[in-house]
Amino acid sequence: MSDVATRKGSRDNATVGKNGADPVNTRALSPIEAYRANFQHQPAAPEWLQSLRAEGMARFEALGFPTTKNEDWHFTSVAPIAERMFHVAMTSESGISSEGSTAGMVARADLKRFTFDQPAWHTLVFVNGEFSPDLSSYAGIGDKVRVNSLAKAIRSGVGRPERHLGKIAAFENHAFTALNTAFIRDGAFVELQADAVVDEPIHLIFVAEGEGEAVSHPRNLIVAGPNSRATIIESYVSIRDSCYLTNAVTEIALGDGARVDHYKIQRESEKAYHVGTTQIRQERDSQLHSFSFAVGGSLARTNIYTSLDGAAATCTLNGLYLTDGVQHIDNQTSIEHIAPNCPSHEVYKGVLDGRSHGVFNGKVYVHPEAQKTDGKQSNNNLLLSPTARVDTKPQLEIFADDVKCTHGATVGRLDEVAMFYLNSRGIGSETARMLLTYAFAADVLETIELLPMKEHLERMVLSRFADSGS
Amino acid sequence: MLEINDLHAGIGDREILKGISLSVNAGEVHAVMGPNGSGKSTLAQVLAGNPSYTVTQGTISYNGQNLLELDPEVRAQNGIFLAFQYPVEIPGVSNAYFLRSAYNEIRKAKGMEEVDPLEFLDLVEEKLKLVDMDESMLSRSVNQGFSGGEKKRNEIFQMAVLSPRLAILDETDSGLDIDALRIVAQGVNTLRSPENATIVVTHYQRLLNHIIPDFVHVLANGRIVKSGGKELALELEEKGYDWLQNVDAGAGATA
Repeated sequence: MSDVATRKGSRDNATVGKNGADPVNTRALSPIEAYRANFQHQPAAPEWLQSLRAEGMARFEALGFPTTKNEDWHFTSVAPIAERMFHVAMTSESGISSEGSTAGMVARADLKRFTFDQPAWHTLVFVNGEFSPDLSSYAGIGDKVRVNSLAKAIRSGVGRPERHLGKIAAFENHAFTALNTAFIRDGAFVELQADAVVDEPIHLIFVAEGEGEAVSHPRNLIVAGPNSRATIIESYVSIRDSCYLTNAVTEIALGDGARVDHYKIQRESEKAYHVGTTQIRQERDSQLHSFSFAVGGSLARTNIYTSLDGAAATCTLNGLYLTDGVQHIDNQTSIEHIAPNCPSHEVYKGVLDGRSHGVFNGKVYVHPEAQKTDGKQSNNNLLLSPTARVDTKPQLEIFADDVKCTHGATVGRLDEVAMFYLNSRGIGSETARMLLTYAFAADVLETIELLPMKEHLERMVLSRFADSGS
Repeated sequence: MLEINDLHAGIGDREILKGISLSVNAGEVHAVMGPNGSGKSTLAQVLAGNPSYTVTQGTISYNGQNLLELDPEVRAQNGIFLAFQYPVEIPGVSNAYFLRSAYNEIRKAKGMEEVDPLEFLDLVEEKLKLVDMDESMLSRSVNQGFSGGEKKRNEIFQMAVLSPRLAILDETDSGLDIDALRIVAQGVNTLRSPENATIVVTHYQRLLNHIIPDFVHVLANGRIVKSGGKELALELEEKGYDWLQNVDAGAGATA
């Protein structure tokens, strides 16, 4: 409550931006009450969505924001998010500009540095969660593929998003997913028909832009039909160094034999808050290759949850998080082995500097029917400063008897013997530190099959540690 | 070139070198021999500037400079090279990148232009032949997955590329079969010149059949207990080290 009090009389008391068409007066409301007020203020939607949103809102209100007493949030306090009164981010609907576009807020040139220098990639841009056709280009994506803004699909009913929406991303016990569900409005909707193969990656760029502390709830749905294949990248970026909350949810359904390579690139502003959940359901023989790169945000949490529902489905969940200053970056993964004969491989690495705090929590559940499971999980962390901290919690729960599972976690500092080895060859301590740090991180980047992505991230990592050599 | 005078050094409170004096001139090869625990490797590490060791007394002068004041990378830039007894694995850094970085750092320190990857490749090709290594090793991570022999050959390869003034080989012969030993020795001999000096630290005499030393020093309990010519190595081979440790005890030196 104290937070509300201190905010009284501040520049904006409304939860809609100052250009907003319908400000909701939140004077004297708690943040959760303010979400409720904004929830009720949403434009009308089809009945199925109204009721899905209502379920989400009800769950969110029942759960409230998680506290550190919640096992899943034990090392991450979301108080800075829970106590803040975020505006609904400005979009065209809130009256910023001409119909159907957030044009003018973001220019193509602003996004260039986030595009991996790959103009041929199919690109969908979302500004504050809302699809921006002007900034997007995906012509020639192929006729077995349908790419749409979720808002448009909801309006038109094309592709019937209600078949999957809210059915993969569980919100019974996940407050942020429930909150996102309460505010489902827009995001990407990608449908791959059976046997569709998309050669170029589909890059979804979520840009946060605007004044004040705003929240957006991007919601994505990817449905990959049997034996289809695509690479999907979600980038979360900001053009300015502003404070906002992104609360994103992506649902992915992988049909029999489908393969999706999924990259999540979290490069939010240093002042931003980010909570993002990608939840996947995998049918028989499907393959998921996930890579999560997290470098932005003052408080960021990425959840990658997959469920191996069909026999011989495989998943690789890899990730790299780099933290500095007072950043807090939390990664949670969950692999549910439901069906037999499924291999799952996971490597997450973290490099932590300054007074930053990293968290890794990886769960692998092997259900009783999931015989012949082959699960490998590891998490390795490198602490570059005495004040950096990491909490790592690999969890393995096995209820089947014929499985092969290993897991492990390490936390270490730069190897002094290796430092001396480099020094003894004439390489100064700064360069040696950079080289060893880079080498530690590069090892997991090696697993990235998408070459431009791999090279881009390698350059990013190299320049980051080259600059922070002091 | 190198003047060591009454050098005392150790790790923490444990003194390992208890007053070493040694003088090495350009063009000379010195063998430092001795039983396990005599301080041979400590001497090599201290010369290279390993920060785990503390020098408590004595001086080391290298080409007129106070060596003990120099950071290890500066020593390397000034021409000191240590071939490690246990070469370090560095996953994620290729041999090519590692060695080119080292080469360029040394050139920079001398005020010379850096070389680009292609120039560097030209330059290392013949050095690879010297140690009988394939070019493919350049793209592998430093020493990762290398056999014992490959690691030692990599040390000599690095030495050949960096062409030091003073090379210190720390037990380079340990764990080598006779073929690898010959390759390593050949590498070292090729690099011998009137301007350079080499200190060969070894437990066994057999390396000295291939690298003929000008002087042999025997270390026991952190002191040089005997110095002589190459024939001293043969005498050690025959008699072992015990008689010299007795000499040391007889001199009333240590516990």
